[in-house]
Amino acid sequence: MGVGASRAAVVEYQHVSKRYAAARPQRGSPAAPGAVNDLSLTVPAGKICVLVGPSGCGKTTSLKMVNRLIEPTGGRILVDGVDVAGRDATELRREIGYVIQQVGLFPHQTIGANVAVVPRLLRWPAARQRERAEELLALVGLEPAIYRDRYPAQLSGGERQRVGVARALAADPPLMLMDEPFGAVDPIVRERLQNELLRLQAELAKTILFVTHDIDEAIKMGDLVAVMQAGGRLEQFGPPAQILAAPASAFVAEFVGADRGLKRLSLSRVGDVALQPVVTARVGDPAGEARARTFADPFPYLLLLDAADRPIGWISQRHVPASGVLEASLATPMSPLLDRRTTLKDALSMMLDADVQTGIVIDRTGRLRGVLSVEAIAAALRPDADPGAIAAGTAGAGG
Amino acid sequence: MNLVAETAAWLTNPAQWAGQAGIPNRLLEHVLISSISLAVALLLALPAGLAIGHTGRGAGLAAGVANLGRSLPSLAVIALAIPVTVRIDPVLGGTVLPTLVAMVVLAVPPILVNAYTGVAEVDRDLVEAGRGMGMREREILSGIELPVALPVVLGGVRSAAVQIVATATLGAIFGSGGLGRFLVDGIAQNDDGQVFGGVLLVAMLAIATEAAVEILQRLARSGAAGRGSGSTAAIAPGPPVLGA
Repeated sequence: MGVGASRAAVVEYQHVSKRYAAARPQRGSPAAPGAVNDLSLTVPAGKICVLVGPSGCGKTTSLKMVNRLIEPTGGRILVDGVDVAGRDATELRREIGYVIQQVGLFPHQTIGANVAVVPRLLRWPAARQRERAEELLALVGLEPAIYRDRYPAQLSGGERQRVGVARALAADPPLMLMDEPFGAVDPIVRERLQNELLRLQAELAKTILFVTHDIDEAIKMGDLVAVMQAGGRLEQFGPPAQILAAPASAFVAEFVGADRGLKRLSLSRVGDVALQPVVTARVGDPAGEARARTFADPFPYLLLLDAADRPIGWISQRHVPASGVLEASLATPMSPLLDRRTTLKDALSMMLDADVQTGIVIDRTGRLRGVLSVEAIAAALRPDADPGAIAAGTAGAGG
Repeated sequence: MNLVAETAAWLTNPAQWAGQAGIPNRLLEHVLISSISLAVALLLALPAGLAIGHTGRGAGLAAGVANLGRSLPSLAVIALAIPVTVRIDPVLGGTVLPTLVAMVVLAVPPILVNAYTGVAEVDRDLVEAGRGMGMREREILSGIELPVALPVVLGGVRSAAVQIVATATLGAIFGSGGLGRFLVDGIAQNDDGQVFGGVLLVAMLAIATEAAVEILQRLARSGAAGRGSGSTAAIAPGPPVLGA
């Protein structure tokens, strides 16, 4: 189908600087907004690298130097080992997907024509352009038959942004530059678009440079996060878990926020944490035997399962009958059911809301795998036990 | 006889509808000289205005030209042009050429200013998106800026066309033909019917001209807004239509 099989590029910044002439001197600030100071970092093929920082920190400048919308004053940028400064700017840009915050769809062209802008510039045959546009609209979740002949003004903000992503993918570029792509849509749509991009990326494995000022978005989207500070200095570069667990400077610690511990919860999943066993019994089991077992355990509840080992609910130790058999009606309080892919953040949130603040972890068929306690989550977040803290070099620059 | 009856009598006289001095021929002369000068003005002002709008350079010059053009009375421009045009052609230089020059001089400012402001006001995000995707500057201008700015550009063409049709009337004073001849001759012959018949024809031509460009403008606007059905939208990306 042509969408799946694609290449990805390696991007290397080597001591890249951008200084702006002091035509408008910025008093009290050593560098003009947007300046970049000796930036060196490497984005491996197929990864999402998020450039994040406060406004004026040079993140957008750094992005635009890759497709030469801005020329650096020092250093060089290599894409797949080739210095972009030696390439024809127009040809280079046609090989790099570009998405901006305001999308910039052409209002006088249909959605189909908008998606096919780069194929048209590359003079693909008309039939192939049309085919490609339809393929990409379907890929970003817009039914081609409905959207192809519409105009941008007839679409919602979220739909337009998807068209923007489809347009950037049109010529199957090995590299995508995304400049605050979801900054202009409401939080609910943004969340959905973020998830869709991650889903697409799992399939396409492009190299993506992504600019945002939102640290939460950076942590969610990035395989790698580059935190930049005013003056265009790279403060820290590494996987999001590392940025959160071990901020390299006071600036990074402040920028990621006092709740960085909580943010780390969204990076880990239930499957990353060791589960605990729990005392269980099946419906129809002799009650007396189950009562003896649960009183032998410090945890004050017995978990009742059905015949297929699927959890029904908790029975408080004191309410387990001394004789007879266990019946489903005895189990009253329930806990949230979690699976391996639930983030610890969601898990904790659900657990805090429940009567019994313990998560019940099940597998795909609904069978019990174990339980997750609040203490186990806390233990997983301790620095020495952080499951996400993979060793990765901190590429430093300047200060 | 009252004015209405005189005018009606003049207009319905079969003698007015034939020959070199007849209404059809004068109308043709008027339309012809207007079309020529509009075409020349478009050739001069449109590329310049689009280039200034795209690059942002020369905006001060454009504003200066526009203000100068607006402050010049048509009659004065024709009179000022005669000494120059007579040297080019001793016969036409005293009649048609100065009128043409005046019409072009007066038509350039609205076309230039609207082309320049129309393009300059195109959303910079569109230009940035186009450039970032690898459109060359010329492709950005012809593929994005001109189609999106077309309603504004045509607004300038509309002012220019109306201005030209009016100025062509004045040209008759200097012997350049057109519908203005009926006014000049009518006054000279003290023929009120001819004067007001001529006025009526000039007014109708000006209104028709304005209406024609306005229709183009409306089509362009619906295309640029992206709301049109296939046929209207197809007009927007094309070059502006000359003449009116």
